Amino acid sequence: MSLGTAPAAPAPQQSDAPLQIAGVAFRSRLIAGTGGFQSLQLLEQALRAARSEIATVALRRVAVDHRLTESIIDVLQAVGVRLLPNTAGCFTARDAVLTAKLAREAFETNWVKLEVIGDERTLLPDAPELLRAAEELVDDDFTVLAYTTDDPVLARRLQDIGCAAVMPLGAPIGSGMGIRNPYNIALIREAVTVPVVLDAGIGTASDAAIAMELGCDAVLVASAISRAAHPVLMASAIADAVVAGRNALLAGRIARRLHALASTPEEGLAQLT
Amino acid sequence: MILINGEKVEMPAGTSLLHALARIGITMTSTGVAVAVDGEVVPRTHWEAYALHDGARVEALTATQGG
Repeated sequence: MSLGTAPAAPAPQQSDAPLQIAGVAFRSRLIAGTGGFQSLQLLEQALRAARSEIATVALRRVAVDHRLTESIIDVLQAVGVRLLPNTAGCFTARDAVLTAKLAREAFETNWVKLEVIGDERTLLPDAPELLRAAEELVDDDFTVLAYTTDDPVLARRLQDIGCAAVMPLGAPIGSGMGIRNPYNIALIREAVTVPVVLDAGIGTASDAAIAMELGCDAVLVASAISRAAHPVLMASAIADAVVAGRNALLAGRIARRLHALASTPEEGLAQLT
Repeated sequence: MILINGEKVEMPAGTSLLHALARIGITMTSTGVAVAVDGEVVPRTHWEAYALHDGARVEALTATQGG
């Protein structure tokens, strides 16, 4: 992206190709985070409104009696989304790798959204630990979608290791601050060939549209939907914004210019005075 | 004594992992759960035969909202 010229758009086409992650095709480009919903019923309604085909899930200790726990898995299976286990809360490569292995055992999927956090206040990723964990998991045949900073060099390193997608943050998790460095997100899109999923920071529908216009292949949204005053309506709004932003990218935006460029022809203008 | 999800439980050394898991309602047919002992994943097929040593740390995890 630059201020002077329009970004390079994909060749014009009638219908968009599906999103491809590790050889699996998805029509929806909105990945749903499941954290923060007041109830599983609300989560189910929001997932349907979001039209998502992938939803994240976390691993935590079994409560006093597992048989009494209402399972989020039942909800996700009823909606028909693919599970994407995360390693949220892990601060070391070792913990993240073990959590991914437990998730593979629990959910029978080798897909993992790899999060290795380096700071409690900002929940920003710890780059060296992230690279270490990604390498180990890729070697163990995991399909790794790596939550990362908006650093294009780190994104490329994650791709080189063998990650199936990179998930740069727009702003800290749950902050709703939008995309603080759109230029870096555009640079990441240039730097890698694997899917780029904008993760974290989205606060409302327009942020999701901007992510897609920057060339992101998908967005992951949790708090912006689950903590909205009306989560189901926001899920629908963000789903629409993702489609709108994607179509705008494919349509190819006009160049930005400092001065006006009349859209009405000057030729044939009347001489009235 | 063994630790199940951080809680001390009086069980003799040699208790099977499956027996210990029953304390928190987990059986062979429970879905969406995974278990680690002392930081290593123990696959479901090994739960019954796995003998816990004194002081073993059992972590039994399941799905929750997140991400």
